[in-house]
Amino acid sequence: MRTGHSPPLVSMSGVDKIFFGMYANKGVDFDLESGEVHALLGENGAGKTTLMNILAGIYSPDAGTIYAGGREVSFRSPRDAISAGIGMVHQHFMLAPVLTVWENMILGQDGVPFVLDRRRTVSQIKELSERYALSVDPEARVTSLSIGEQQRVEILKMLYRGTKVLILDEPTSVLTPQEARDFFAAVRMMTAAGHGIVLISHKIDEILSAAGRMTVLRRGERVGTIAARDADKETLAEMMVGRALRHFPKRRAEAPGPPVLSCRGINLKGGGDSKPLSDVTFELREKEILGVAGVAGNSQGELCEVLAGIRRADSGEMILRERSVAGLGAREFIELGISYIPIDRKGVGLVPNMNLCENVALKRYWRKPAAYGKVLIDWEYIAALTGELVGSYGVQTLSLESPVRLLSGGNLQKLMLARELSGSPSVILAMHPVWGLDVGAAEFVHERLTEERDRGAGVLLVSEDLDELLDMSDRIMVMSRGRIMGVIERPDAVSKEWIGLMMAGVPAEKAV
Amino acid sequence: MDVLIPMMAAAIRSGTPVLYAVLGEILAERSGVMNLGLEGVMLVGAFAGFSVTQSAGDPYLGLAAAFCAGALLTSVHAFLCITFGGNQVVSGLALSMLGGGMSAMMGRGHIGETINGLMPFKFPILGDIPLIGPVFFSHDAMVYASYLLTAFLCFFIFRTRPGMNLRAVGENPRAADAMGISVSRVRYTFTLIGGGLSGAAGGYLSVVYTQMWVEGMTAGRGWIAIALVIFGIWRPLRAMFGCYLFGGVYALQMRMQAAGTSIPAPMLLMLPYLMTLAVLTFISVRKGRGMLPGAPASLGNPFRREERE
Repeated sequence: MRTGHSPPLVSMSGVDKIFFGMYANKGVDFDLESGEVHALLGENGAGKTTLMNILAGIYSPDAGTIYAGGREVSFRSPRDAISAGIGMVHQHFMLAPVLTVWENMILGQDGVPFVLDRRRTVSQIKELSERYALSVDPEARVTSLSIGEQQRVEILKMLYRGTKVLILDEPTSVLTPQEARDFFAAVRMMTAAGHGIVLISHKIDEILSAAGRMTVLRRGERVGTIAARDADKETLAEMMVGRALRHFPKRRAEAPGPPVLSCRGINLKGGGDSKPLSDVTFELREKEILGVAGVAGNSQGELCEVLAGIRRADSGEMILRERSVAGLGAREFIELGISYIPIDRKGVGLVPNMNLCENVALKRYWRKPAAYGKVLIDWEYIAALTGELVGSYGVQTLSLESPVRLLSGGNLQKLMLARELSGSPSVILAMHPVWGLDVGAAEFVHERLTEERDRGAGVLLVSEDLDELLDMSDRIMVMSRGRIMGVIERPDAVSKEWIGLMMAGVPAEKAV
Repeated sequence: MDVLIPMMAAAIRSGTPVLYAVLGEILAERSGVMNLGLEGVMLVGAFAGFSVTQSAGDPYLGLAAAFCAGALLTSVHAFLCITFGGNQVVSGLALSMLGGGMSAMMGRGHIGETINGLMPFKFPILGDIPLIGPVFFSHDAMVYASYLLTAFLCFFIFRTRPGMNLRAVGENPRAADAMGISVSRVRYTFTLIGGGLSGAAGGYLSVVYTQMWVEGMTAGRGWIAIALVIFGIWRPLRAMFGCYLFGGVYALQMRMQAAGTSIPAPMLLMLPYLMTLAVLTFISVRKGRGMLPGAPASLGNPFRREERE
């Protein structure tokens, strides 16, 4: 791939970026050749996205130099980067949702006429999307597109602007396995056409098959760059984490107990921000982890909120330990032993400006032993309990009185877990419980959930990471567009492809 | 018919000042900047229009001065909210009080003074059409200009490049920025134009509608305009309809007062505002059912490129 004659498409050397006195990037070197896929690997918070945001002109570096096409450049805005041929597809798409696909394509572009020329733009987009096998309807509104389609719009947008360098941030995290395969096919077409691609990822398997070279970052610094042929899974994982990985052994449930929570025919009308649920029927048993697989935004959040009593279903039955609970409020659900670990820790889970004790009190302040009567709260009891929880979960904090917004993501999650798992809940609804955590913290969370399962709780584990679900779950339920596509009784006996088809909306019987 | 036609013509005349403010606020809010200070901006515009018309003797010059005064006062809001990322609600409320106070102070010696303002004239040809002529084309130049402005904004927002940039900035400034659009330039431009139009709306009240200066003469129209932006779901044509509806109820209560009903005047004065409340309730119910699009997604949120999410 290295021609030796032409300079690399881009190269960065000695790049520093400081946020609030902390190095997000420190002395990082990086380069990209034409026609190659160069992967950027690292754990959450390793500085991958920050580095690429610098290359894409979103952040300006505090030190270091960037060369594009052999010339030193300094970008003041994403526009500068795009005109130097560098475009980035972010993890959170940069699309204006109420605009159509073609409007998003020409947004901010030079040379767009005052009165927009819809016809010409649409035909140009069609041609481009055929050439790279990235199918999309140019006249659709972005809000009506699936996540996979939106991603294709983002990629096309960059190609439309003639960028040679495409930076893709965690592109496969929102795709089904099949969509991911199509995506990599498009990537190969782009590299064949001479584009250079930076692939940001933390999934080692897909990197090994797609990338020519890989650079590993850890805590903002470059650990090393190696060619794909010299790389293997263990080496890369060690480079990412900085130590050999300890694989905690998978433990399946001995024998699941009777159903603790059963749902029959739950329906929820969508509309506004919420997605619909239709005819959701399943059983969660004692002593089992029931995984919920599905691409992001297929009503998993709505399901959890219905099960936690935050959202009321329009129809359907919910039976918790032989008692109908449909129609009860969130507080009754808490009293009945349903714990909820939401994805949005700082929004739904914890109150950022309240301190650790107050956040722990939130789930119990209205009754003994946390309250004296109806009005007065026993803060001494709460403080003692919080101290105990913080100790046993290893939450790193300055004091119990500091606001929880000062905690790091991992510590926030530990605190939430400590609160939700205290008091032996019978049902635990865990949504993306390891999202954004480093490997060590993720292991801890997984072990705690497994322990709760063994104690007798029914755990509903929602995740977009199929590997995590396959590792953790006793059974897996697949959701697509608010429907249950099927329940897999023995996850280790089925192929990922099969689950992928179900995630894409093919019912279990047909997805053979 | 004899009663209805003058009523409808009056609806348009009293809806027009609100319409200018509404169109201005639609532009500002579409860019993501909410200006709750309309009431104050309109008052300052009204006084500027009055005083320039009085001293220069030219109502058009007065209206231009009203536009400039509105934009100038709004620049304070724009600077606080766009450059410093301040809270738009607080800044807007402050602007409303500042404008009210400023106009009252400057107009102290002029209360009740009259000026020779803009006069209505029958629009050639169109004014002779039965029904339509007397209702829509028997007004002053500012009314005719407002028809053109509304039509132009419908086209501008949805069919042109700057209009698309405006929508994108209001919906997802991060995306617009990533595509090389200067978010703060777009926001400044449309917030100031919006302020200017609100100033002109105030100017219409003093230079055309009443042709005099009265302290606090906007009488809550700035607040009504903010509500009508929501009624119009940020679309010029729908908002125009809302303004005429408001104007119609306003004209109706004037008629009823003149006819000497037994309903006390303050009750009648409440009518247009009650109608606005009723309409807003209706709108939120429909929106709750997902039948209407909502506000521009980034409305009220300051934008900083390097802020981590």
